[in-house]
Amino acid sequence: MNFFLTIVLDGLIEASWLFVVALGMTLVFGVLKILNIAHGSFYALGAYVAATTVILVAAHGLPPAAGFVAMLISVALIGSIVGLLLERGLLKMFYGRDEVVLLLVTYAVFLILEDTTKLIWGLNPIYATQPYELFGNVEFAGLYYVGYDLMLIPASLLIGFAVWYGLNRTIMGKIVLAVIHNEEMSASMGVRVHRVYAGAFAFGVLLAALAGALTAPKISMQPGLSSDVIILSFAIVVIGGLGSVEGAAVGAILVGLARATSVHLMPQAELFVIYLVMAAVLMFRPEGLFKRETGRRI
Amino acid sequence: MGHGRHHPLIMILPVIGALLFGRVLPAWTLSLATIGASNALVALGVVVLARAGNVSFGQGLFFAAGGYGVALIANSWGITDAVLQMVIGAICGCLLGLVISPLIARYSGIFFGMLTLALSMVFYGALIKTTVLGGSDGFNVGRPSLFGISFVDLREADFMLYAVAVVTAGLAAIAAVILFQSEFGLASLAVRENNLRVEYLGISANSVIAANFVIAATLAGTSGALALMAQRHIDPQFAYWTTSGEFVFVAVLAGYQSVLAVFVASLALELVRSFSNLYLPNTWQLALGIFLLAVILFLPRGIGSLWTRERHRRTERSLAAPTAAEEGAPT
Repeated sequence: MNFFLTIVLDGLIEASWLFVVALGMTLVFGVLKILNIAHGSFYALGAYVAATTVILVAAHGLPPAAGFVAMLISVALIGSIVGLLLERGLLKMFYGRDEVVLLLVTYAVFLILEDTTKLIWGLNPIYATQPYELFGNVEFAGLYYVGYDLMLIPASLLIGFAVWYGLNRTIMGKIVLAVIHNEEMSASMGVRVHRVYAGAFAFGVLLAALAGALTAPKISMQPGLSSDVIILSFAIVVIGGLGSVEGAAVGAILVGLARATSVHLMPQAELFVIYLVMAAVLMFRPEGLFKRETGRRI
Repeated sequence: MGHGRHHPLIMILPVIGALLFGRVLPAWTLSLATIGASNALVALGVVVLARAGNVSFGQGLFFAAGGYGVALIANSWGITDAVLQMVIGAICGCLLGLVISPLIARYSGIFFGMLTLALSMVFYGALIKTTVLGGSDGFNVGRPSLFGISFVDLREADFMLYAVAVVTAGLAAIAAVILFQSEFGLASLAVRENNLRVEYLGISANSVIAANFVIAATLAGTSGALALMAQRHIDPQFAYWTTSGEFVFVAVLAGYQSVLAVFVASLALELVRSFSNLYLPNTWQLALGIFLLAVILFLPRGIGSLWTRERHRRTERSLAAPTAAEEGAPT
């Protein structure tokens, strides 16, 4: 029973940060119809920026809590700036081209960011563990957990709820939904579609970077981080359905649980299991579990 | 359509030329050209798929299947012959392609890409896990021989592989030109333009896509065997998505109109990579990314359009086939 609980909790912790990454990816796809390969790079960027901030704050002798807050703020700032710059400066030039061309553009961005992070932060692993002890250790049904890990679950719930509320209960969100649904019609109703594009992309980058920041204290930052994360979030959004927020949540939980189960029962099979699930979903429900009815040929 | 006005078999001449030229090339260019030709084979498969409107992000699956298939069979049966190994690689790729093609033919666009990516990642995950095959480290294989001759001299061994690579690439290129000019090749272009109309004309769009998929898989399997012989080592990285991404990269660079461009693009990429490795060891992906963006922006039909477009203007023979090739977006 304890073993089962361990798997579930580990899976949920894993799912929580994966959900935040995938949420950004699915939003960007929903609004801009871009399958963003560079999304994992934004996650890595967030993690690196967070680590630098934490290390800087610690060097000034400030408490870990200050480091935690500073890291969230700096990542939010840098994430949205990078997102805006990329959308306005680069992606804008390729709108109207084929979906696959845009995919390749983001692949180029992925290649560029991969080396840029190497240039800035070097090849050696970076650690920023100070905030990890912030929430102490928690005993939960006879299991000992690091408080920080458990905190990730409500944090991601909060982010998920905020996005859902923002999309469904605010005017701005309704406009975004309108653009997702029919961009030409929204434009003719006076929506400034290019602003929605810029905002949505920046927000997507922000979410990826935020997830990177939240996990930064748990992991070691090193090259290759982005390509590992991107294949996980690909799997999640495809399982859940491209462009669906609920789908991202369910996909993240499935992938998190699958990962935790395989880690405990069959280590190293995790990628195999996750992609098997993804392939199965694509075969039987190509539009993902949360299918939106569209007339598109698949 | 590359070589529309010549007979495809005329391409045997440059192949022989390249073969003889290899005698005077320095050793490092030989192995570079071998890798370039090997990657070009997979990229040619990506082009074959792209002509029917699909982009595969998982050709690494067949690349790795060819490589592992050859490595296992060669190790257990003691086959060292280079040509035989290529044939085994091609068969491995082809068989796997035959198994998967009926499933994949129903998809197009982004879903085609995602499913191929997923399948290659399943294979990658399985390979990582299989400790018998060396897990993530992979394993080494011996030097190949040719027609019973084993090459002790390193330069001779490199030249032998270069020769095998050039001949294979030449044969594949000739086959591709014939294929692209054939009725089937034109039907593939039509599937990309409008698959519904193709169906009305009595051709099954799905079987066109499936056949193209098997061709691409066979090419990738052959290439896997070649890469294995050139590196004498194999690991799961063969199936990783960044490997597949590179093949798509070469295909985009080349454009989808000229077979020759695929080989030029692949060689160019290998040259850029080896020079960058020397002079900018940590920024070659950066250079590659900027290069890719520039090509998509300024040469949307790839470097092949540099010479095919020129010729169309000169001859002004706007047959149905070349215009279809020209108008299609470089998907």
